[in-house]
Amino acid sequence: MRDVAVAGFAQAPNVRHTTGTTNGVEMLVPIFAEVLTRTGLSKKDIGFFCSGSSDYLAGRAFSFISAVDAIGAFPPIHESHVEMDAAWALYEAWLKIRTGEVDTALVYGFGKSSAGQLRRVLALQLDPYTVAPLWPDSIGIAGLQARLGLDAGLWTEKDLAEVAARSRADAARNPYAQVSGTVEVSELLTEPYVADPLRAHDIAPVSDGASVVILASADRAKDLVERPAVITGIEHRVDSPVLGARDLTRAPSAENAGKAAETHDVEVAELHAPFTHQELILRTALDLDHRVRINPSGGVLTGNPMFAAGLARIGEAATRIFTGEAHRVLAHATSGPALQQNLVAVLEG
Amino acid sequence: MAKKLAAVLGTGQTHHRAKRTDVSMPGLLREAIDRAMADAQVGWPDIDAVVLGKAPDLFEGVMMPELFLADALGATGKPLLRVHTAGSVGGSTALVATSLVQAGVHRRVLTVAFEKQSESNAMWALSIMPPFQMPVGAGAGGYFAPHVRSYIRRSGAPEHIGSMVAAKDRRNGALNPFAHLRQHDITVESVQASAMLWDPIRYDETCPSSDGACAMVIGDERAGEAVPGGAAWIHATAMRTEPTTFAGRDQVNPQAGRDAAAALWREAGITDPLSEVDAAEIYVPFSWFEPMWLENLGFTPEGEGWKVTEAGETALGGRLPVNPSGGVLSSNPIGASGMLRFSEAAKQVMGRAGDYQVDGARVALGHAYGGGSQYFAMWVVGSAKPGR
Repeated sequence: MRDVAVAGFAQAPNVRHTTGTTNGVEMLVPIFAEVLTRTGLSKKDIGFFCSGSSDYLAGRAFSFISAVDAIGAFPPIHESHVEMDAAWALYEAWLKIRTGEVDTALVYGFGKSSAGQLRRVLALQLDPYTVAPLWPDSIGIAGLQARLGLDAGLWTEKDLAEVAARSRADAARNPYAQVSGTVEVSELLTEPYVADPLRAHDIAPVSDGASVVILASADRAKDLVERPAVITGIEHRVDSPVLGARDLTRAPSAENAGKAAETHDVEVAELHAPFTHQELILRTALDLDHRVRINPSGGVLTGNPMFAAGLARIGEAATRIFTGEAHRVLAHATSGPALQQNLVAVLEG
Repeated sequence: MAKKLAAVLGTGQTHHRAKRTDVSMPGLLREAIDRAMADAQVGWPDIDAVVLGKAPDLFEGVMMPELFLADALGATGKPLLRVHTAGSVGGSTALVATSLVQAGVHRRVLTVAFEKQSESNAMWALSIMPPFQMPVGAGAGGYFAPHVRSYIRRSGAPEHIGSMVAAKDRRNGALNPFAHLRQHDITVESVQASAMLWDPIRYDETCPSSDGACAMVIGDERAGEAVPGGAAWIHATAMRTEPTTFAGRDQVNPQAGRDAAAALWREAGITDPLSEVDAAEIYVPFSWFEPMWLENLGFTPEGEGWKVTEAGETALGGRLPVNPSGGVLSSNPIGASGMLRFSEAAKQVMGRAGDYQVDGARVALGHAYGGGSQYFAMWVVGSAKPGR
């Protein structure tokens, strides 16, 4: 089976609120134009389109059908959609290119979280018979997870604040970030709790945004970008949804996906960790030591467009290869409560 | 092409009913999964990955239900994908599972599709008012009735064609122990006597709303070769999409469907579908879509699909039996309806279709469509490996 590479990436600014519709068209049209221009491709050069989004986030059925209007899908296109973060849409497109069925793919994700109350919307991912009726929201569940780690001595509140401070400092160099700047850890620790033990800086902001990646066979990618980011491993796994049946301080699905994707010797890792303590869980799960540069983009703690942010991690990691800053990078995406589902990709220049 | 061979190893489905209040969502899924795994003679350690599909999450009122279903799906610790491409989703879910095998990533993949409409209210889920879009406000029947009227006007088809399709599919459904509606005594006359819902679509020409699920195990060449009695080999797959509305769009005979069919027949090496295909499971939620899709799929020239139907050639024993299982008109668990078409096609070429088996079926079509006749997914399966 032939190799597949990331050949282009673009993203919409991560912002607290956009005025566009929840089908993402207003955010997608400009970034499609940007990524096609950058790779020298046109719509008719794309063999397969695949997107990731959520009807519940959009507050309507079939939001992805309207999003197709951002492509201008006539003549008809070869297209598919996952009700997941678009990192998994990239996985589907990766399959299509591997089989030789197509040579290029455009993968996109979009999410307008400002349309609802995100933490309550995400509560509807839980077991509808026994858990969701109690309305434990996404921040509450993450708070329980953080508390378990604190009580087990796996991390301190200061460790969490350090993750936040580093992320915001890095985001100062990312023009698409929603939150950035220099902050003192000691100051962060004086802030009030949002969901004890989580403070505002521990929690990814609510963001509207979109992202797009161009995938191509490794041969074709050489024509599209000077240094393609070849995918040497891409794996994903899911853990049990039963929160009480899992050790929430670990992420076995991330561990196993990482092992299968062979993550050794990566220089940079873009981790999809919507809570500070989840970055620490992932660094352990993926065996990333101090030599690995974590989230040079600032990560999702500085901008977290749902269903686009995981794909953006792959795009950000690939960008480190495009620019020649790194030769072997890791990208990670997550989905579900408390890091239930995880995807890990390794890219090489 | 570097595609590896893939085959259906086994299929399973639930008993489809308006309300399966006897089971939860996990229970419903396991009914189909357990049957598919028994049919394929595989156990959980044999399954490398799970691909789940269903139509809008608002139909059950659960956001991304595959997350809470991970244990019931046997997916915990494995890769789990969730596909959603509107009404075609059951078909496209099977195609994603197929591509996992074709890409050489996995040896055996479990694919599942379901809808449990009784958990929520599909009419509510579809009655949304997004900005800048024309509200439908009349359900799917109201949306598609003008397309049917347009087809009748363009083709000059006589009025009884729709009733013939409905009577045939419901009688076929009576042969299928899993079907939601099993009406062995239905007639063209009784269909014509049923209430007009959305002119020209009558009550008996309309699909039911069902709770139900469908599952398949798809495997690689070695797994396919080991199937007793023969696997259903996947000869060709196709998916196409076009926008819901734009000036000049042909909604009766959409370009996306014609393009998908052309690509499908080309890959399958089929030049005369009406002669070379032995059975077809086509997504017909309203009876008139049988002749419409016969034309869109290229079985007949435009305007002549109804003649094949009128001549009785789409009935069991005809030249091209269409929906021998009873089709969507007999069972419609929306998200699973497409996968049911794909799996019923597989059952025909595996010789496992029981009382509605098409004698000697060697090549069969599975077809699904969704949205405003704009999402198409299809496959051709055969009793022999492709090219033999």
